[in-house]
Amino acid sequence: MNVAPAPLPTIAVQPEITGRSLWSDARRRFLRNRAAIFGSIVLLIMAIGCFGAPYFGLRSPAEINWDRISAPPFWWPVPSEKAPGPAAAPQAEAPQVQDTDAAGGYDISQFQQQQQEQEQAQPAATAPADTGRYWFGTDENGRDLFVRTLYGGQVSITVGLVATFVSLVIGIMWGAAAGFAGGWLDGFMMRIVDILYSLPFIFFVIMLTVVFGRHIVLIYVAIGAVSWLDMARIVRGQTLSLKRKEFIEAARAAGVSNWGIIRKHIIPNSLGPVIVYVMLTVPAVILTESFISYLGMGVQEPQSSWGTLIADGVHAMQVAPWQLLFPSLFLAITLVCLNFLGDGLRDALDPKDR
Amino acid sequence: MFRYFIRRLGGAIPTLFLITAASFFLMRLAPGGPFDKERRLPREIEENLRRAYHLDEPLWRQFLRYLNGLLHGDMGPSFKYKDHSVAELIAGGFPTSMQLGGAAILLALLIGLFLGIAAAFRQNSLVDYTASGTSLVGIAIPSFVIAPICTLVFGLYLGWTPVGGWGGFTHAILPVVVLCLPVIAAVTRLIRASMIEVLNSNFIRTARAKGMPERITLTRHAIRAALLPVVSYLGPAIANTITGSIIVEQIFSIPGIGRYFVQAATDRDYTLVMGVTIFYGAIIISCNLLADLCYGFLDPKVRYD
Amino acid sequence: MDAVLSVADLQTVFATPEGDVHAVNGVSFTIGRGETLGVVGESGSGKSQIFMSIMGLLARNGRARGSVRFKGQEILNLSLAKLNKIRGEKMAMIFQDPMTSLNPYLTVRRQMTEVLVEHRGMSETQAQREAVRLLERVQIPEAGRRIGMYPHEFSGGMRQRVMIAMALLCSPELLIADEPTTALDVTVQAQILELLAELKRDLGMAIVLITHDLGVIARLADRVMVMYAGNIVEEAPVRDIFRSPQHPYTEGLLRSMPRLDENHGGRLRVIPGQPPNLQNLPSGCSFRERCSYAMEVCVTQVPRLETIATQRCKACHLKRLPA
Repeated sequence: MNVAPAPLPTIAVQPEITGRSLWSDARRRFLRNRAAIFGSIVLLIMAIGCFGAPYFGLRSPAEINWDRISAPPFWWPVPSEKAPGPAAAPQAEAPQVQDTDAAGGYDISQFQQQQQEQEQAQPAATAPADTGRYWFGTDENGRDLFVRTLYGGQVSITVGLVATFVSLVIGIMWGAAAGFAGGWLDGFMMRIVDILYSLPFIFFVIMLTVVFGRHIVLIYVAIGAVSWLDMARIVRGQTLSLKRKEFIEAARAAGVSNWGIIRKHIIPNSLGPVIVYVMLTVPAVILTESFISYLGMGVQEPQSSWGTLIADGVHAMQVAPWQLLFPSLFLAITLVCLNFLGDGLRDALDPKDR
Repeated sequence: MFRYFIRRLGGAIPTLFLITAASFFLMRLAPGGPFDKERRLPREIEENLRRAYHLDEPLWRQFLRYLNGLLHGDMGPSFKYKDHSVAELIAGGFPTSMQLGGAAILLALLIGLFLGIAAAFRQNSLVDYTASGTSLVGIAIPSFVIAPICTLVFGLYLGWTPVGGWGGFTHAILPVVVLCLPVIAAVTRLIRASMIEVLNSNFIRTARAKGMPERITLTRHAIRAALLPVVSYLGPAIANTITGSIIVEQIFSIPGIGRYFVQAATDRDYTLVMGVTIFYGAIIISCNLLADLCYGFLDPKVRYD
Repeated sequence: MDAVLSVADLQTVFATPEGDVHAVNGVSFTIGRGETLGVVGESGSGKSQIFMSIMGLLARNGRARGSVRFKGQEILNLSLAKLNKIRGEKMAMIFQDPMTSLNPYLTVRRQMTEVLVEHRGMSETQAQREAVRLLERVQIPEAGRRIGMYPHEFSGGMRQRVMIAMALLCSPELLIADEPTTALDVTVQAQILELLAELKRDLGMAIVLITHDLGVIARLADRVMVMYAGNIVEEAPVRDIFRSPQHPYTEGLLRSMPRLDENHGGRLRVIPGQPPNLQNLPSGCSFRERCSYAMEVCVTQVPRLETIATQRCKACHLKRLPA
């Protein structure tokens, strides 16, 4: 008699009250954000394009085509025989947009170019009339700009990721330690963050490159080392609020060590805001790198990043605007999409902060 | 309020000291001295030079000497421009840089406040989309892309503005616009977000429940509260503008401090790099101090601390 | 008894990306002059949203339909300018969270005098005198000095007193108190309730007391309205509700409340299940899934609010609750 399934119908009718977890809720909100989805897709394509470039059977980024120096893309509209037509008149009034300031690293690069030219001399000679189609045209050394832009993207994106990772590690350690320690140690550590916060960072990064020479590893470290402050603040704030929560008390009562609490409870629970901040740090770092490279103090030839390509493009913009256009476009698209993605994640993980 | 200010000032001085120390020792760490680059000098001359620049003394003496000089406004001679001192070069470039930066900050605040507030009131309207579009451009497209494109379009193709140089209103238009774009972007976003938050806050609900006309609710209750984040953003905004001015002065050939800095960095002119870093550090710190003061006036919780 | 406020078929809907949320589903009631109406229900039952709709304080995505008459005048969806002639002056509201409901950037003086300047056209000095008088009325010590302070310099209980004084500035005919004691310490709660009881006795205005705390209702209310999932499920004079609840939900609420005069065998009973999803209400009675008396008719038919005795209504298919 007791087996009679009397309560069953009510259970069946019951609407689904699945415990909506933070993460599934966030995923739902994120997937509804069209800009963020669009950004993610574009970024994915961009990453595949840049890092897959060596496997696509494209030209080498160092390959020089002497017949095609500063050649426009094959689809570029040719207005007249004289390419820089409208620029001719105002040029007299202001002869040089760019003085040679930025070309500090130029001598070196020219030297390296010569080396490359020697290396590349034979293939160029054996295939004299490469009339191949250049999607983005060529640069002033007759190299394929499309390929160079993709390879430049490799550097820019790698710097973005590595430097962000550096800042993430330092920031989490510092913030969690300060928040967890509390008291005067917390005050002292955060005071340091405050002090560092009001330093003119770009100046320090540039100073570091002046002192230690221009090397890509230095760029990673320098940018990462100056970008961890916000991360530390966020993690500390999270730690402080989490520290008072009951489950931390419970863990402590159960005899879990401090480090265990930080690792098992505090870090996983502050993940949401940290992810959001990471996504906002990546574009900032990419921007900083290209800024420094633009000034000729970052990535050096033969490597290139979007920043150096843009700097080259600026030099040539009057005669070959595509050399400025494409690297700028790639950089801008990446930054816009990273911002979309970051905003989408923020709205998804932290809905009140809209 | 007074105690708050003193505490802030107490924070600013060590910061400035830290900047000075960090730049000084970093520069001394540099492999190779400032005279290594040129053709090898005869030994006596090099020693004389080292003595003239006090490079033969122990490091801490040099540092004290430098600090002492700083207090008297002396940052030593420039290694590159042999007949100028660093202080002279900075003093020469500063008025230009300040005009440029000041104009950019003011313009950015005006436009940013307007766009941000308008966007918050008319969410998902044309104004809102314009505002978020502008801020996206300002955030995502770096000034070293916008600046050359602007000179190309407005300077070379259209011929509306000079492509470079400094002096007169027309020279200032492009640099100021390029410089203020990122700040506009940041201020707009900040104001929009804080305005929306404030408009949804409980005390605005109270003001409405009290039957206050919307005009008073907004001006007296909402805007003031929404402005606070912008005040605390002022410090970073000034730092960003200074950073941006490096690029802008370079691209538009404006004879300001930023241009000297880039020049000095490529020439490894240690004293000038150091001088500019410390000088801009001091400016940023003073601006932060000023912003803290404004904040203190606006937020009663701070005022009575 | 002529009504201060009469509400007919009020519906409040919030448009969200997941679909419409029906917070209030066609409620009708009246409040008489000088009467204290208690409105009880769980959070999410729509009890606050009724009065937010009436005060024109709904969130951006909220829309209210139906009819709300304040002393005969239709006020629902009135233009802001006209509504502002009524709210704050004839109809005032205090909120749950006194910590955030006062503007932290303005002195208490400014926040109080602006009401009188706006509604009564008083001068600043007159207004301040009146404001001090009211602060004294709500028993704020040294009111003359403290009026120049900022909200963060007051304790939670004191801030709620300031809120009450602010609401009373123009001697409103209706005071809506939305969970006035929920955010306060227990001892402070008692003081605020004491104050409200005193004000009710002395000022003779109508009061709406929105709460989930039946203790507060027992203390102050004349009549009780029980809300569930955006509907009124039972309405009765306060004594009858406690003595003989007629709706299964009300009965459940009472059983889940600790009492000194009865012995439940040491255990409080809880109502099983959770309130329904307001985006997607079940067919029939919205309480049926948690109701131990649910019948077949409850699945198909929505129970209507019907009069069962003088001044008593309930919305339930069950004729009488088994004792």
